[in-house]
Amino acid sequence: MTTITDNSIPAQTRGTKDEMIAFVIMTALLVAVPFSGLYPFFVMQALCFALFACAFNLLIGYGGLLSFGHAMFMGTAGYVTAHMAKVGTIGFKLPLIGEFMINMGPLSPELSIVFGLIAALVLSVVTGLIAIRRQGIYFAMITLALSQLIFFLYLQTPFTHGEDGIQGIPQGMLFGLFDLSQPITLYYVIMVGFLLGFLIIFRTINSPFGEVLKAIRENEPRAVSLGYKTDQYKLLAFILSGVLAGFAGSLKVFVAQNASLTDVHWTMSGEVVLITLVGGLATLYGPVVGAFVIIAMQQYLAGFGQWVTVIQGVIFVVCVLTFRRGIVGEIAHLFKRSL
Amino acid sequence: MSINLQALSAQLLVGLINGSFYALLSLGLAVIFGMLNIINFAHGALYMMGAFVAYFLLNLAGIGYWPALFLAPIIVGIFGMILERTMLQWIANLDHLYGLLLTFGLALIIQGVFQNYFGSSGLPYAIPDALKGGVNLGFMFLPIYRGWVVIFSLIVCIATWFLIERTRLGAYLRAATENPTLVRAFGINVPLMITLTYGLGVGLAALAGVLSAPINQVRPLMGADLIIVVFAVVVIGGMGSIMGSVITGFALGIVEGLTKYFYPEASNTVVFVLMVLVLLVKPSGLTGRTT
Repeated sequence: MTTITDNSIPAQTRGTKDEMIAFVIMTALLVAVPFSGLYPFFVMQALCFALFACAFNLLIGYGGLLSFGHAMFMGTAGYVTAHMAKVGTIGFKLPLIGEFMINMGPLSPELSIVFGLIAALVLSVVTGLIAIRRQGIYFAMITLALSQLIFFLYLQTPFTHGEDGIQGIPQGMLFGLFDLSQPITLYYVIMVGFLLGFLIIFRTINSPFGEVLKAIRENEPRAVSLGYKTDQYKLLAFILSGVLAGFAGSLKVFVAQNASLTDVHWTMSGEVVLITLVGGLATLYGPVVGAFVIIAMQQYLAGFGQWVTVIQGVIFVVCVLTFRRGIVGEIAHLFKRSL
Repeated sequence: MSINLQALSAQLLVGLINGSFYALLSLGLAVIFGMLNIINFAHGALYMMGAFVAYFLLNLAGIGYWPALFLAPIIVGIFGMILERTMLQWIANLDHLYGLLLTFGLALIIQGVFQNYFGSSGLPYAIPDALKGGVNLGFMFLPIYRGWVVIFSLIVCIATWFLIERTRLGAYLRAATENPTLVRAFGINVPLMITLTYGLGVGLAALAGVLSAPINQVRPLMGADLIIVVFAVVVIGGMGSIMGSVITGFALGIVEGLTKYFYPEASNTVVFVLMVLVLLVKPSGLTGRTT
């Protein structure tokens, strides 16, 4: 039986060195983007999706858990961040006790992001505790069903404004210093946010925790017999992945200046699977490459309406049938490197 | 709280009809999962295709509801078997998750193509003459077609159960589920059986599509959200037993109908909430094996 993550080349000492070199190259390229004439909005969007996909890949690539509902974390953090940056109220309606409302006014970007992360954290703890009770295909179905539950909740709760979404979100001053309405400033803030999230994942994968995670992926009964409480490891990976996906969603709010139901819909969960699959499951840089490829494709094909969906479907089929390593996976395999 | 019997029984009927579709679809998923070990994400899209084939038969060839009830599942079933032979069989030895990803891609393709030509709005499909009208049961008015859907689905489910649990072919099938290599050694063509099983499961989905066409109209996305609910049904019921998935399907339809009456805001989410509760109490599902 070939596992879904046969990409990962056996850990070699020079593996992380290759990855570090790739990281320096990637950072240099990203720093140079504003001088290259590339459309910064496109790069920022791709970076948000890249972080989202990296977070997703942490779970499937290193934990062996395919989540088909990851949009719920991105969407939830996005909604909360957007709401905090624009309105800044927290309202509760408790039965019997009554309603109460905390009004903090529109919050600064960094505090809005913190609230978004807290929301993603709470959601991933709750959904994680439920979902990790089953493995494999059932895990995928459960996460999908949970995200659909969240989708219907957001369709009905007032603060998300239903079909309209939250629009016209002020970008504000980050830490009171950086004016996010300046495209260049916004670009570098998004870039730093992405790199921060990426480094957290990089560090996690190469930590003892990451090694245990890989052990569980390869052979869970054996990991159990070695005394590891595998459920705790899986839950922690799930939470980390959920919060980082939420971070991507919070950053995206300041790029797109809106938060809508699209971000919590199952199609978004499918898209992050596609991005990761195209780039290379269980590779460090695969999700980043995949995000740029898929977002670019969507930009170029925007005029073709529903054919974009068809093309995405075709890519899914082709990748599964003939290109399971993905772009980065193939390159890594070709040069026998770990990327 | 005063209960309006008329409205309650109307919602119960809607619930029973949805339950019929849940049962037919989760039954198909369970049959396919037993043999191919994949979760057929394209199930919703193939359900939609069943409805569209009935629509085409009527509007392009003048073939009415009754022949379509048999022809559409056969046509879509053959389409499914082609998919199995050309694609699914190549990934049989890989991680089961690849099957999920592949069929998800197929679902995107099928739904995208239909959406491209037919938009997102519904196309009407008339109720056949023989099933028009309704009967007054005293406490409620029962449209005959809706009663027919529930009874016919029940018959199909029982027939499928009989085929798998009580016939020789079903015995081969169950044996091949347990140990395909050994069954093959007895000279039984297991790959053919796998193809036929996929065709059967897909045919059941298409049949549900034809049944739903006069009620829900024919829409390219009619199966997209439905399949997620059916996944939750499958998680609740487990895929271990045929009868289990049928009973869970009908039961959840009824629960949904009751929710529509007592607390309509939660009718979209009640199945998912129940799934959460079942996972907390009995993670393996009501009838399922643990995986």
